[in-house]
Amino acid sequence: MLSRARDLFWRYPVIALLLVLLCSTAIITPAILSVGNIILVLRQFSALGIIAIGVTFVVLCGRLDVSVGSLASLAVVVTIVLHDTTGPVIAMLAAIATVLLVGAINGYLIAYLRLSSLVTTLGMFAALQGVANVIAIYGKQFVEAPEQSILSFIGRGYILFLPVPVWLFIIIAGGSAWVMARTNFGRALRAVGGSEKASIYASINAKAIVFWSFMISAFCAGLGGLIIASRTMSAQADSAAGMEILALSAIFLGGTSLGGGVGGMGRTVIGVFVLASVSNTLILIGTPSQAQWLASGVIIIIAVWLDSISRKRSLRA
Amino acid sequence: MSMRDHATPHSARKSFSPGAVLGRLWGLTGHSPAWPLFIILVVFFAFQSPIFLNPYNINIILSQTVLVGLLAIGLTPLTISGNIDFSVGAIAALGTCLAVVLHGAVGFVPAILSTLAACMAVGVLNGLIVEKLGLPSIIVTIAMGSALSGATFIIFGPSTRIAPDSSFLDLGYLKFGGLNFSVYLFLALAIALGLMLRFTVHGVHTYAVGGNRQAARDAGVDVEAHVIGNFALSGFMAGVCGLLLVTQLGAGSPTFANDYELWAVIAVVLGGTRLAGGAGTIIGTVLAACSLTILRNGMNLMQIDVRYFLIILGLSLIIALILDRLRTGEPDVAE
Repeated sequence: MLSRARDLFWRYPVIALLLVLLCSTAIITPAILSVGNIILVLRQFSALGIIAIGVTFVVLCGRLDVSVGSLASLAVVVTIVLHDTTGPVIAMLAAIATVLLVGAINGYLIAYLRLSSLVTTLGMFAALQGVANVIAIYGKQFVEAPEQSILSFIGRGYILFLPVPVWLFIIIAGGSAWVMARTNFGRALRAVGGSEKASIYASINAKAIVFWSFMISAFCAGLGGLIIASRTMSAQADSAAGMEILALSAIFLGGTSLGGGVGGMGRTVIGVFVLASVSNTLILIGTPSQAQWLASGVIIIIAVWLDSISRKRSLRA
Repeated sequence: MSMRDHATPHSARKSFSPGAVLGRLWGLTGHSPAWPLFIILVVFFAFQSPIFLNPYNINIILSQTVLVGLLAIGLTPLTISGNIDFSVGAIAALGTCLAVVLHGAVGFVPAILSTLAACMAVGVLNGLIVEKLGLPSIIVTIAMGSALSGATFIIFGPSTRIAPDSSFLDLGYLKFGGLNFSVYLFLALAIALGLMLRFTVHGVHTYAVGGNRQAARDAGVDVEAHVIGNFALSGFMAGVCGLLLVTQLGAGSPTFANDYELWAVIAVVLGGTRLAGGAGTIIGTVLAACSLTILRNGMNLMQIDVRYFLIILGLSLIIALILDRLRTGEPDVAE
């Protein structure tokens, strides 16, 4: 019995961590488990969740994407600046088209020219932040009548008692999990992440897989940007700054490994939940907001360490 | 200057065609994209603005390079040994707070020494976690940066702390021969690190570990000790960066040096150091860090909106990568 519990712990160390966290906070502040609070937290973290799911595709095929924060900010700025001149639908389409263009450039440079993904997306991170800054300064910074716009529905609306961003997160996460488990694309992606050479010998078009993973990551960043735009309704160029670090934190917390191939969408969702519950707990017990950085930093290191031990155990077994 | 250049029969008859001469010059630079970038930027802005090469402006450029430059040269040996440190900005911020608070508590010189020791200790901690627990340095140092920022905020509070007297600021105003004290310190540390990489056992082993970790281990190199040493070095340089920030601003705050680590990594990469490890030079990093400042400074002099700086910077980094790829051809496996 004890050994089975131990095995179960080592198989999913982060879930154990999450349960311990939730139980201890539920004792300190029962308010965290109220339905209203949970829905609020979910809504607050759904943009991050969607962006993290997108980056998971990239990490699973052994690359990194640190441009998603700037990219989401750019999507926010494009949407808001265009909103009153072209109408909300065209503005949102333009934002999605912009992020897909950036995704295609990232994908081409990294998949076909084989540039280092970390450095390429780091350069893209700087360039996109610059573009967002410039557009935000010269364009219109806010929306005239935010309540009447269809854009407000994406971030502020409700369907069946759940906020729309949460539905979007559920759809994106569920869809991605389905893609990874049931489609040829998902299996090929995992193969490329596991061993690119072996996947090429297995006649998988590895370059195309890497390319599309960056397209998906960019699309998710754009969708996250639309949610943020709808919630803030203003063209702040730093709306999603730091999102790339949070997304990577969620992914690594979940136990998706940096080298690619190992991990999955469910793990990223758990990682997002851990980040969300840590941040919510610390807010509810009234610590300064910077305590979250300390807590999440320490938790990430512990989680990654536990995960590396669990992987070694599974190799031995 | 690879083996191949000497081994081919063609190089016996030295060709003086422009292409061949340029190629040999390029070989002498250690294939760092920072050299052509640096030369092009200097020549371009010298023609664009009459005061660009003014000694006063040169001092400004060098003093502005120093802060990110220190982080970048500290990161270079670590990157050559195949690791990365995204926590240096947070370490420098911790350094500014420690220096200011300890200055009031224990005096000027003890404050400097204990700040450097503390920053180095954070570097050692990074190294221990990466090497002893076997975790990827990028994850560990991103998490460490976040944790350290949080801890600095909690310990020192979010407000800016002013130094008790002007000792640090006096150091910042110190000038010899038209150049700031900080510039000399930066150049001295850069030369020391460059010599270390080239002539000491630790330097040679750093390249060996980054080039092929397993081979270095098989050859009897104490891989862990060298990597931890480089983490300590990176923490130490971040501490020096924090101290110099205090000499420039006379204050410490957890928000200082925010996002410096990204600029430092960009300088390291533009300087020709491979992120995968095994190759890189200090001079390349220094030139790249200078190029970044020159770009900003020159754009100021030409009265171009500074907001375009980020765009140009990001694109030039990507273009440097593309040019490097066109030169070396496709690798078998992605980096």
